[in-house]
Parts: sequence; C-alpha cells; structure tokens
Amino acid sequence: MVSFRRSRVGRTRRGTYELRLPAAERALLVNLVDQLRELLSLTTDDPAVRRLFPTAYHEDAERDREYQQLVRDELLERRLAALATVEETTFLGEVTEDQLTGWLTALNDLRLVLGTRLDVSEDDGGELEENDPNAPALAVYGYLGFLLSEVVEALAEGLPPPTETEI
Amino acid sequence: MAGPSPSPVEVDEPVGDTTTDPDAPWIVLVWNDPINLMSYVAFVLQKLFGYPKEKADRLMLQVHTEGRAVVANGPRETCELHVFRLHEHGLWATMQHDT
Repeated sequence: MVSFRRSRVGRTRRGTYELRLPAAERALLVNLVDQLRELLSLTTDDPAVRRLFPTAYHEDAERDREYQQLVRDELLERRLAALATVEETTFLGEVTEDQLTGWLTALNDLRLVLGTRLDVSEDDGGELEENDPNAPALAVYGYLGFLLSEVVEALAEGLPPPTETEI
Repeated sequence: MAGPSPSPVEVDEPVGDTTTDPDAPWIVLVWNDPINLMSYVAFVLQKLFGYPKEKADRLMLQVHTEGRAVVANGPRETCELHVFRLHEHGLWATMQHDT
C-alpha cells in the first residue's frame, strides 16, 4: 500500500520509534502534560479525573472501595510516570518502545480527561462549529486522537506474536 | 428423547470462545465508552492478553456494538490484576461473578 502522507510516528528496523512531530505540536504537548500533572496533583474529586480511576466492582461497593484503596496510588504513580516520560522525550527524534508506551498512556489519559470535560459523544470529531466556545478544545481533542492512533499503529507493528493462537 | 444412535452422527460443536473455563468464578468485562479509540482498545487487548488481532478486533467490536464484552475470566486475584491493567490503560473494565 502506498501512503503519500509521512506519518508522525514510525517504527525503525532497530525496533525504536521515530517521532516526526512539528515543533508547534511538541510545544502543545508540553503544555497539555503540565496541565494534566497539575490537575492530578490538585484533586481526585473532579469527574474528569475520576475517569482515570474507574470502578472495578460495579455491583459491590465495599469490594470496590477495597480495590480503590489497593490500586489508587499505583495507578496515579504510573500515570505521572507516563507524563514524565513524555516531558523527558518531547523534543527527541527517536524514542525506545518503553518511552513510546509512556506517550501512549499519556496521550490516552489526556484524551480521557479532555473528552470527559467536553462531554463528547461517539459522533464527535467531525466538523467544528465556528461559534462553539469549545471549538479550540475540540480541535486539541481531535489532534490527540490523530496522534494516538499513529502511536497505536506504530506500537502494533512491534507487538510480539500472539500467545493465544485460538481465534 | 431418542435412544443412542447406532452410528456416529454429526453434531454441531459449540463455536466461539473455547478458552472459557466453565468453572471460572469471575469474568472481566470491558464497557463501551465514547472516548477510547477503537484501534486503541483492540491494541490493548492484544498487548495485555496476547490475543491474535482478529480476536482482539472481534471483542472490541462487540464492546462497540453491544455495549460490553467479556475479555477474560478466572480466579478473583487474576481477574483483579486484569482489571487493574485495563484501568492502567484507561479502559472501562469491571469484574463480577460469572453467573
């Protein structure tokens, strides 16, 4: 298949990943990562932040409280670590698989928080209304989805063979 | 009810997910949400469970069209670890007794 568009993320023959993002996009990501880190440090009571710490036992409130107590700090730690990875590698031209996995987590977390804030539906992502006060945020949301899908595509190329052969 | 057949007959074997353990007391469900990308959900299922792409895509589409899908099953501790890893990846996963 021929593609005329040079993608933002590509797997190299060495098993690393090239990041071909324009400087303005990298600057935007630094800004977004900063905002999410601040949000995570301030509160866990924001509905958008709660989206990052979902219910495990939806039929058993007590067990869910136990689960949340058990995993909450670790989930938060891993999210912060992913943000730190993006921050450390934002301006690099090439990253490792582990580093790109940090990008994957951070980009998805950003989409989850922004999408929850914007109360998006599955049909969103099309045309932006000029007078919509949310248009700039929706544009960022759309961009994050585009970049995330490129990261997913690149990482999928590096997945090990399936361990379960049954289809 | 018919008696034993004198000769082997063809029976319709159950098709679908033969990896399901009939004794498994817990199941892990992934629920549809309006934010996670379809390609991302399928990728996470491949990565976490080692599923072939076809199976991950099928489960992802089931989540998308039916609102949820059972993605794993097993003892409670195993399922809780699966749920944790799915939560780590931002998927809407829950677990419950397989009734």
